[in-house]
Amino acid sequence: MRLGLVIDLDVCVGCNACAVSCKQWNTSGTTGPLTDYAPYSKDPSGVWFNRIRNFEVGDYPNNKTVHFPMSCMHCEDAACVTVCPTGASYKRKEDGIVLVDQDKCMGCNYCSWACPYGARELDREDGTMKKCTLCIDRIYDKNLAPEDRQPTCVITCPAHARHFGDFDDPNSNVNKLVRERGGNALMPELGYRPTNMYLPPRAVKQEPTVQKESIISKVRDWVNRSIAR
Amino acid sequence: MHPALSVIFFTVMSGAGYGLMTLLIISIVFHVDGGMNNQQIIVTALVALGLITAGLLSSSFHLANPKNAWRSMSRFRTSWLSREAVLAITFYPFSLLWLLQWYLGHDLSNGWTLLLTVMVFMGSVMVNFATGMLYATLKTIPQWNTSLTPANFMMLGMMLGSLLLSTVRLYFGLPVEQLLIINLGFLVTAGTLKLMYFFWVGKPHGPSINTATMFTRATVRLFDVGHTSGTFLTDEFGYQVARFKIMLLRYAVYLFAFIIPALFLPMSMSFHSSLLLTLTAILGVFIERWLFFAEARHVVTLYHGNQRV
Repeated sequence: MRLGLVIDLDVCVGCNACAVSCKQWNTSGTTGPLTDYAPYSKDPSGVWFNRIRNFEVGDYPNNKTVHFPMSCMHCEDAACVTVCPTGASYKRKEDGIVLVDQDKCMGCNYCSWACPYGARELDREDGTMKKCTLCIDRIYDKNLAPEDRQPTCVITCPAHARHFGDFDDPNSNVNKLVRERGGNALMPELGYRPTNMYLPPRAVKQEPTVQKESIISKVRDWVNRSIAR
Repeated sequence: MHPALSVIFFTVMSGAGYGLMTLLIISIVFHVDGGMNNQQIIVTALVALGLITAGLLSSSFHLANPKNAWRSMSRFRTSWLSREAVLAITFYPFSLLWLLQWYLGHDLSNGWTLLLTVMVFMGSVMVNFATGMLYATLKTIPQWNTSLTPANFMMLGMMLGSLLLSTVRLYFGLPVEQLLIINLGFLVTAGTLKLMYFFWVGKPHGPSINTATMFTRATVRLFDVGHTSGTFLTDEFGYQVARFKIMLLRYAVYLFAFIIPALFLPMSMSFHSSLLLTLTAILGVFIERWLFFAEARHVVTLYHGNQRV
């Protein structure tokens, strides 16, 4: 098994619900807590497994806002595991999930240097490195209903932009999506073979953002100009 | 990259200590300027071990959870940091046994002394190599991901080591004629390699914001980073220095680490001037190491606004 996520950039609205539910679930999970520093001050900060950045792709007027949720890619060739001197970082053989053993980590930051995706964050309170566990404490929990045995970010996403599945099964939901929508990995040139895939926005007919001039718009503009406020 | 003072102090001091050990052994084996007597060898080696120990202790301040530091020796088959830890720790018993041989009055004609000399020499060279490799293997930092990195670490370590050896020899009132040539050789070699490195890191040549976001056929700009104050990622990798400041500091590196020692070393060969020039070179290498971190651009900055690294 090679478990991972597919993230659909076409429908992600950047609401941050995945990140918030991740924080809520995992702060009491296997590698919790996800410590916050000065949460009620002017500069709140803290540990997150999942962060959403927002990009502008293309130039005006053919531009588009793309919301970019990023968590651990659970790389096939995970450099963070290779460089770890203590053996705290490991990749599970059975499902490919990359984890940090909190009892072994010495907080040297070296794995975070090796990760190109910013997936690892040091918890300054605990002194250990923390990262996405792919909700390992959910996906195998027999007490949950089968549809709930997914990472919390996937279940929470209101736009269904996140999909969870096995990339080793050619007919899994995630592999079908990658095939049909031309899914890609981020920074493949570094050779870490990330498992998580991103689906590009669909090619849709461009809607002009500039309004066309017509008699009605000319009259309206003239009225707007001539009426004193 | 955030330039952490504990790591800078560690790499400079330990590098100089291992360099001094390397040069000490070279000077013993090849009778450079007549070599040293046993007592002088022991004192010089203790200076080297002092520098190494100060550096290693400083490196532990960089750890957020130092109680697990002993585990860092477990993954030497894959991790260069682990290899460095294993080599640095195993260096101690070998070098102490080696010191015991000199203390007992043996010399290189003794088989054990000869064997330990070879072991300590190899150890001191390999630790500096491992320190360099630890940074050079990171594909996420294109400026470091070059064979120039371990070359720089080794050459600067040996350069400081050779300057320290001259200072110690002058303290004992021993001649430093052949050693002066070795000093100048290391100053020129290390300076040239650093020059190559500075040219190497000048232009971005790693991944871009396009490959980072997979939109390789359009311009991509960061619109919003998604957090209102700093995160671990921006604290650790977001460090930026003004171009003008970098230029000034590069000149300072050249002046203090290479030019001043190379010009003034041959002029006056007294203990005090040699000590002063060695300290000047150490200051220069400190600035060099600070720049090594401050100039390095991690690819994760592509998700925080950088277009190229």
